[in-house]
Amino acid sequence: MLNGLHPKMIHSLFLINCSGDIFLEKHWKSVVSQSVCDYFFEAQEKAVDVENVPPVISTPHHYLISIYRDKIFFVSVIQTEVPPLFVIEFLHRVADTFQDYFGECSETAVKDNVVIVYELLEEMLDNGFPLATESNILKELIKPPTILRSVVNSITGSSNVGDTLPTGQLSNIPWRRAGVKYTNNEAYFDVIEEIDAIIDKSGSTVFAEIQGVIDSCIKLSGMPDLSLSFMNPRLLDDVSFHPCIRFKRWESERVLSFIPPDGNFRLISYRVSSQNLVAIPVYVKHMISFKENSSSGRFDVTIGPKQNMGKTVEGVVMTVHMPKAVLNMNLSSTQGNYTFDPVTKVLTWDVGKITPQKLPNLKGAVNLQSGAPKPEENPSLNIQFKIQQLAISGLKVNRLDMYGEKYKPFKGVKYITKAGKFQVRT
Amino acid sequence: MTDSKYFTTTKKGEIFELKAELNSDKKEKKKEAVKKVIASMTVGKDVSALFPDVVNCMQTDNLELKKLVYLYLMNYAKSQPDMAIMAVNTFVKDCEDPNPLIRALAVRTMGCIRVDKITEYLCEPLRKCLKDEDPYVRKTAAVCVAKLHDINAQLVEDQGFLDTLKDLISDSNPMVVANAVAALSEIAESHPSSNLLDLNPQSINKLLTALNECTEWGQIFILDCLANYMPKDDREAQSICERVTPRLSHANSAVVLSAVKVLMKFMEMLSKDLDYYGTLLKKLAPPLVTLLSAEPELQYVALRNINLIVQKRPEILKHEMKVFFVKYNDPIYVKLEKLDIMIRLASQANIAQVLAELKEYATEVDVDFVRKAVRAIGRCAIKVEQSAERCVSTLLDLIQTKVNYVVQEAIVVIKDIFRKYPNKYESVIATLCENLDSLDEPEARAAMIWIVGEYAERIDNADELLESFLEGFHDESTQVQLQLLTAIVKLFLKKPTETQELVQQVLSLATQDSDNPDLRDRGYIYWRLLSTDPVAAKEVVLAEKPLISEETDLIEPTLLDELICYIGTLASVYHKPPSAFVEGSRGVVHKSLPPRTGSSESAESPDTAPSGVQAPEQPAVIPTQGDLLGDLLNLDLGPPVSGPPMATSSVQMGAVDLLGGGLDSLMGDESEGLRSDVGGSPAMGGGGGFAAPSAAAPATLGAPLSSGLGDLFDLTGGVGTLSGSYVAPKTVWLPAMKAKGLEISGTFSRQVGSISMDLVLTNKALQVMSDFAIQFNRNSFGLAPAAPLQVHAPLAPNQSVEISLPLNTVGSVMKMDPLNNLQVAVKNNIDVFYFSTLYPLHILFVEDGKMERQMFLATWKDIPNENEAQFQIKDCSLNADAVSSKLQGSNIFTIAKRNVEGQDMLYQSLKLTNGIWVLAELRIQPSNPSFTLSLKCRAPEVAPYVFQAYETVLKN
Repeated sequence: MLNGLHPKMIHSLFLINCSGDIFLEKHWKSVVSQSVCDYFFEAQEKAVDVENVPPVISTPHHYLISIYRDKIFFVSVIQTEVPPLFVIEFLHRVADTFQDYFGECSETAVKDNVVIVYELLEEMLDNGFPLATESNILKELIKPPTILRSVVNSITGSSNVGDTLPTGQLSNIPWRRAGVKYTNNEAYFDVIEEIDAIIDKSGSTVFAEIQGVIDSCIKLSGMPDLSLSFMNPRLLDDVSFHPCIRFKRWESERVLSFIPPDGNFRLISYRVSSQNLVAIPVYVKHMISFKENSSSGRFDVTIGPKQNMGKTVEGVVMTVHMPKAVLNMNLSSTQGNYTFDPVTKVLTWDVGKITPQKLPNLKGAVNLQSGAPKPEENPSLNIQFKIQQLAISGLKVNRLDMYGEKYKPFKGVKYITKAGKFQVRT
Repeated sequence: MTDSKYFTTTKKGEIFELKAELNSDKKEKKKEAVKKVIASMTVGKDVSALFPDVVNCMQTDNLELKKLVYLYLMNYAKSQPDMAIMAVNTFVKDCEDPNPLIRALAVRTMGCIRVDKITEYLCEPLRKCLKDEDPYVRKTAAVCVAKLHDINAQLVEDQGFLDTLKDLISDSNPMVVANAVAALSEIAESHPSSNLLDLNPQSINKLLTALNECTEWGQIFILDCLANYMPKDDREAQSICERVTPRLSHANSAVVLSAVKVLMKFMEMLSKDLDYYGTLLKKLAPPLVTLLSAEPELQYVALRNINLIVQKRPEILKHEMKVFFVKYNDPIYVKLEKLDIMIRLASQANIAQVLAELKEYATEVDVDFVRKAVRAIGRCAIKVEQSAERCVSTLLDLIQTKVNYVVQEAIVVIKDIFRKYPNKYESVIATLCENLDSLDEPEARAAMIWIVGEYAERIDNADELLESFLEGFHDESTQVQLQLLTAIVKLFLKKPTETQELVQQVLSLATQDSDNPDLRDRGYIYWRLLSTDPVAAKEVVLAEKPLISEETDLIEPTLLDELICYIGTLASVYHKPPSAFVEGSRGVVHKSLPPRTGSSESAESPDTAPSGVQAPEQPAVIPTQGDLLGDLLNLDLGPPVSGPPMATSSVQMGAVDLLGGGLDSLMGDESEGLRSDVGGSPAMGGGGGFAAPSAAAPATLGAPLSSGLGDLFDLTGGVGTLSGSYVAPKTVWLPAMKAKGLEISGTFSRQVGSISMDLVLTNKALQVMSDFAIQFNRNSFGLAPAAPLQVHAPLAPNQSVEISLPLNTVGSVMKMDPLNNLQVAVKNNIDVFYFSTLYPLHILFVEDGKMERQMFLATWKDIPNENEAQFQIKDCSLNADAVSSKLQGSNIFTIAKRNVEGQDMLYQSLKLTNGIWVLAELRIQPSNPSFTLSLKCRAPEVAPYVFQAYETVLKN
């Protein structure tokens, strides 16, 4: 039961590693005993797999809302009716901030920087209301650790806490600090597209869509005002924007107009839905079978390129969760290495680049546990790949213009296509 | 050099060592020591013993050290209130610091220290900070008001902070506005009646402007606040929607979902013919789909909400089926939700794709998921008739796999398919029977037994099959036992010659060897039925079953509408209204969707109760059923008088009466398709078998006579107001939300000497309602139904029926408070519901209430003066004659009229049904709209209610 009188939002946060140790706790209100996490552990035990722990758990007096990121559970304790997405988004933001500050989001990084972590958490949330979550602002309030700074700090006695108010915090463009200065002014855009697809046994596409993002790295002095336009903006009908983008300009002219944050940020993310035809760049030929009553089976998979617009498909990796009854696999590959983990039953085949002249193939025998019934299910193949210099949706940047500053920036756009959740059923 | 060094300890004892370091002269050492203290705190170690030493470090100009000390204070101030006082001076000083960062830090920390003693010192600094020149300090102070309110609400109100906070909504800085809104919403939530967020078109406009400029988190607060606003018409709703739609493209999914909530709610007010309505529908689909490409936790919450949205407005996502296809490495909680939505979206257009997917899922590894997939195939068959055949053959394929849990799930759903399409797929029964032995789950066993019983005539060895189950009868679960009992009785009725022994065996097992009352009762009923009238038994047990509805697990419309108002909240994840899981009644306000407008009158409430002193017909659902329940349980709710299996001969009616509510509950169970529980009707209570009949019989005796009259009143009901006493408009007595979809509204009337209760029953649930009965609790004037509640046909969903229930005043009497309170129990096939209502006293004024003049004078003198009560009837513009004739219509009789010094005096009398006389003197001054009413009565407690009756009659 929740109590209607307690303050909104996150009451406490516990960070828990995969072996179930609570290695950090932060309370924004009164201290909540660690024992509340027992409900979480119970759910974790029930879920077996770490990925399957339900994100919302109710306990007699609280709700636990958690995310699982980088082998850490971020478990928040809630006492009132709150929007769970609000909490989940915030927790991801915390994880992003750790990544941003310490180069990685891990138990070691958190433990090594526990004071900064504590200061960050305090700065990010006040009475359960998110306060400062923009990386630009946080970095002005609390400086990220560097080896150099910790040496300097210990010599000079200066601190890693900024003592002036962040400049961007209250302006109409809270995402950008004032007085940015660079000697080399650069603006880079990476158009990254991931294909999510389910391919059925016969090779036809059950479902496919493209999840795209434009990640930007912008190092420009002063207050640059940018407009980015596309050759084919009509592709973008389902878009999520960074707050810096002027929505009205997009609605009327299909131009992205914005004053950018300083540094790295995600400008837009978009989805090209299955209604538009999505080109599938690879095909897979497979023959996986288990014989009745003989504790053996055959495995034969070939991967080939398809519709890749003259570009090379590289970084190809196939992972397969084999059925429980599989003891071992004796395979040979024409290209790349494979491993089979008999404990997790995961087969991984690191193929590398596909050359159309000689298609990579992996085949051989599967050993099953003797006496066990023939596996009911056929495993799905999970494929990863990359194609450089191609946005598979066909999205193309037309031009980037800058207003408000006099200098000439260096501009660059990169395209890359990857497999997202790309699954082939067998 | 990392912070892990702060975790190392020495032998001497950590606390001792830290104490020494904290009191060191060297600044650097102090800071390191505080960091060690903080590090201990992060792993849950108790370092509260160091409180005084840490507080001593507070007075410093080193900002980092100050922040660390503040961090410490927030954690421990509550456990050390006396020590915390030491910190107050520094706080107050820091609130005046030239650096806004320090001012804000101080005001923020102060609010976090939840110590009563400190709060009064906070007021002055807080007041200054709320008006600070720097917006950063103002926005921090706004949140501090909410914190302080949580500690001491009275103080915040007394100090006028709420008004200051309201002013901040007009602040020039959008962050300040957002925080003020957040703080006000939080305070308003704990004080629902406070009307703090007084939303009007002007303030809404301010919020919409701030929405474009503030941070993502602020946008969520503002959107949630907007969702509580009720636009005055469809045009305003549309203009708000237009300004909210850009939020659908926000990168923060919580912003998107809050925007969806506002749109879903306000869309309710837009006409479907509007172009904009269609545009809006189209705009809602992409952001919802996009949420599904986010992290799995976000997906889960999004899916739970999409589940609601799809039920409310299926058209939004009808073309997006494919995005709900399950990927094998989705977390299980995402898989199950996707599956649910797939079925909701399934239609003739996409059923082939859906079935192919479901078949794929049914061979997956995860047992829970596979089960649900199999069940989904059955649901598709029921939902999309054209696909039924394909679904059945898919299920048969799956049964061939012989995977135990797949087979069991398949049999459970095939039973439902049989119910939906009778006489179509029974050819598969043979295949099902082959799997009889592998069934070990109660639900599957029960389903199989039902099938065998239902189709006993087509299964040659049905008796053998059922007999095999009978061997372990006592080890079966109740569900299976009940099913077996019914199945064997069915078998007996179909093949009486070969199965006599079997049926006797099961009846004796059920009635003699079982201590489960449900089973025993059902056993006795069958036994009795079979032994007294086998023909009737056949008609009852083998009655035609109503078809099952298409969608089995839709959320009830009233609950769904409420949940739509809670999109994005925990309520939407649990699909329960917040009242189900927020402690205490505070903070729980039922939300409802706005009515569709377009014409202005629909916005007005239908309740046109007199604006005078009281609103007598307020619906009052009896909150605690405690003692009342005791009373009502003693009453019998009367036997059902309708329902298809009952409409037979009058001889059988008698038999039915004898069986009372028990059979009724049995019938309900049958018609629901053999659900597990035999919902015990309260009439049967804990009584075994045949205790009830004697109580049940008299209730029907009076029926034939008065139900005829009831019909007559039904005819006159509409125009009766002209000739009879005043009839108030109907008001809702029992809202659908409290009664599983049954809504009751009603009023009372008196016509030619008879009182009746005019009811409208509306079925807002998804299933047919039948078997209505009504009963009153004992009340002040012995009001009781003079006939059973006659609902002639079962009430289909979304249907209403008007009924006039004749009342008499010969029931048992108990004085109620208020005097005219009437507690009512209404029963239908679903449950029994209780509510209470107030009846206007004038329905009790009898026709022979005119006293003779002499008698009047004598009585007036005779009644002691302390029994006289005086009332003012305000704002009545009638003259004496009009008053007189109007009152006469309601059986208040004028005996004499005098004119004294320009004012009219009316002397009146009335008599209540229980013989109480009330004498009245009504003084009317021609120029004064206020009348003075003096009442004299030997039972003075009725006076206020008589006065209410005067008011009601005169003002309508």
